[in-house]
Amino acid sequence: MSAARRQLYLGGALAALVIAVGLYAGGVFDNVGRQASARRAANDLTGDPTRTELAAPAARTGASAAFQPPAESEIPAGEFGDAVRRGREIFVDTPRAAPAYVGNSLRCVSCHLDAGRLADSSPLWAAFVSYPAYRSKTKSITTFQQRLQGCFEYSMNGRAPPLGAPELVALESYAYWLASGATLDPNIAGRGYPRLAPPAQMADFARGETVYADNCVLCHGADGAGQRAPDGYAVFPALWGADSFNWGAGMGRISNAAAFVKANMPLALPGTLTDQQAWDVALYMNSHERPQDPRYTGSVQGTRQDFHATEDSMYGREVAGKVLGASGAPKPFKARSAEPERLITPNGRRLFDKAEDR
Amino acid sequence: MITGWHVCGFGVGLMLSINCHADGAAIAKTGAEAAPACQICHGAAGEGSAPAGFPRLAGLGATYLQRQLAAFADGTRVNAVMMPIAKALSVAERVEVSAYYAALPVPVATLKSAPAPMPTPDSVGATLATRGRWADKLPACEQCHGPGGRGVGHDFPALTGQSATYLANQLAAWKTGARPPGPQGLMAAVAKKLSAAELRAVADHYAALPARAAQ
Ligand code: HEC
Ligand code: HEC
Ligand code: HEC
Ligand code: HEC
Repeated sequence: MSAARRQLYLGGALAALVIAVGLYAGGVFDNVGRQASARRAANDLTGDPTRTELAAPAARTGASAAFQPPAESEIPAGEFGDAVRRGREIFVDTPRAAPAYVGNSLRCVSCHLDAGRLADSSPLWAAFVSYPAYRSKTKSITTFQQRLQGCFEYSMNGRAPPLGAPELVALESYAYWLASGATLDPNIAGRGYPRLAPPAQMADFARGETVYADNCVLCHGADGAGQRAPDGYAVFPALWGADSFNWGAGMGRISNAAAFVKANMPLALPGTLTDQQAWDVALYMNSHERPQDPRYTGSVQGTRQDFHATEDSMYGREVAGKVLGASGAPKPFKARSAEPERLITPNGRRLFDKAEDR
Repeated sequence: MITGWHVCGFGVGLMLSINCHADGAAIAKTGAEAAPACQICHGAAGEGSAPAGFPRLAGLGATYLQRQLAAFADGTRVNAVMMPIAKALSVAERVEVSAYYAALPVPVATLKSAPAPMPTPDSVGATLATRGRWADKLPACEQCHGPGGRGVGHDFPALTGQSATYLANQLAAWKTGARPPGPQGLMAAVAKKLSAAELRAVADHYAALPARAAQ
């Protein structure tokens, strides 16, 4: 073999090595090992076929490596900028900015911290580059606007704005702008909430109650209803009860709640709970009554079978002698009026006066 | 010139105030055995005094106030003036005087110290107060202290109606350990993420805000 040839081989091998390393760093091989767990995840009725569902915890890239959305001061002037600002407003002040579609006092930012910018808090920019996608929750290809509709229906215990509604267009504009410069990639680092490995001990209600008393009750209250400012603004959002997300919401899945809590709660002290504590408190939180699943089929067990047939949901299971979800048909949705306070009693319950078709 | 009528009137007034407001009001207005009247420093309406560094007590949460008096009494919250005063109160008296101040209306006028410069919307203080610094996992102050820093529930005190000096001193006290970490160590964790300049900026921001929401 001539020296020139040997050099060529050597160069080729080196190039292959470089490419391989590049692919590895780029996460291409990551997916191979995830095929099996992907199949398992497809049975999860919750929903998003995400990197977060597929990735092993160890494979997660740190938030520091995550994409950085543009600074808020860079929102452009003009009509598109106005839509972005409007979308941001809806995101951080949902009940006041989109009263026709919201049935509780949560805000999108309650679960997607820092106005939807924060990596590992299911940021909007990572969601934006991940749709359209197939979702097991809907068993169909879901567009970004359709994904947003689900948030209103379940997380906000409200009603889906029609596709193309100004609220959805504004939210989509905001998400698009946040994603400026991000690659179209459903595996983008920082997407979703970092999944936790299954708990060492099965999640436990009594242990969860202790974790809650020590770490959460200060803000979210012993009754889980959160706390309001004197003017009615919900400073600490409701974790369960009539004013929280309904049984169909993603946060109702114990695994989602555990992942969210571990990465984001207690506020100002994220990551301080052990994984076990996060699982226990997530189970405790999701073992309380909350508004009915809008997909209610007429019976709790039927609804459980169709939508909650997983260890990951407490819906339809008995806790302290009561079957969770046995609250009858979903309450008719009543849009908040221009004066949302009117609909709220002093203890934070919403009042319904007139039935309205869903 | 003090006449008998004055003394008598004072006595009747004192009795009335004791009868109407139970012991908390009496401690505030006339003091307890070894403790001076709180209003000497904290003002007749619990509004405090900015130039002297006496904080507003009116309308702060009862649990919060009790916790502070307990911390002064056991020496974990270090302050030469308040430590002996709190020690002189029994536990029951601390509960009563806390309830009294918690129930007082929020002072209308804020403290009359030289007003801090009004921050521009993109200033450091306003940004920390309303947006936080999430790259550092630092939430906005108002996520715990409520909109406009006007306080939430029994545990999260209002920051408005306090002087910039008092607020800055408290934040500094958490950094040095002169103030106990408080519930879940939240404020100690927050304060340790603030630089000296940021601490001052956010204190100025809150000192310049109204104590009450616009009607
Ligand atoms: C109660 C908490 C909660 C609230 C409130 C909430 N969300 Fe979510 N959101 C979640 C959870 C949990 C998921 C992940 C769900 C899953 O995996 O099924 C999610 C997922 C999403 C996704 C998809 C993310 C991805 O990467 O695929 C988008 C987009 C989204 N939410 C937008 C919103 C908007 C807009 C609002 C307000 C109208 C909102 N959310 C309110 C908890 C919440
Ligand atoms: C210091 C106050 C504080 C503590 C302590 C705290 N939270 Fe929260 N929590 C918040 C705030 C504020 C939000 C909303 C965040 C936002 O709007 O940016 C929130 C949001 C949430 C949400 C999503 C919104 C909802 O209503 O479902 C969940 C779930 C949650 N917290 C669970 C917990 C759990 C579990 C603990 C204890 C391990 C805990 N929190 C401790 C302040 C707190
Ligand atoms: C001689 C003046 C003086 C008197 C009298 C006084 N205080 Fe104070 N008080 C102070 C000062 C100064 C501080 C601020 C301490 C610090 O900087 O930590 C303070 C702080 C406090 C605080 C903490 C407030 C906060 O926002 O954290 C409470 C509670 C309090 N005092 C209660 C009382 C009560 C009750 C009495 C009457 C029994 C009383 N004080 C009498 C000077 C006084
Ligand atoms: C995660 C919740 C949380 C956040 C965020 C937070 N605080 Fe606090 N803060 C508290 C709690 C709880 C207390 C009561 C501490 C105690 O009882 O000793 C407190 C007390 C204070 C006090 C003492 C008030 C007094 O009357 O002595 C100051 C000053 C203060 N905070 C300033 C701030 C500032 C400035 C920020 C933003 C940079 C901030 N806080 C953010 C929870 C929080």
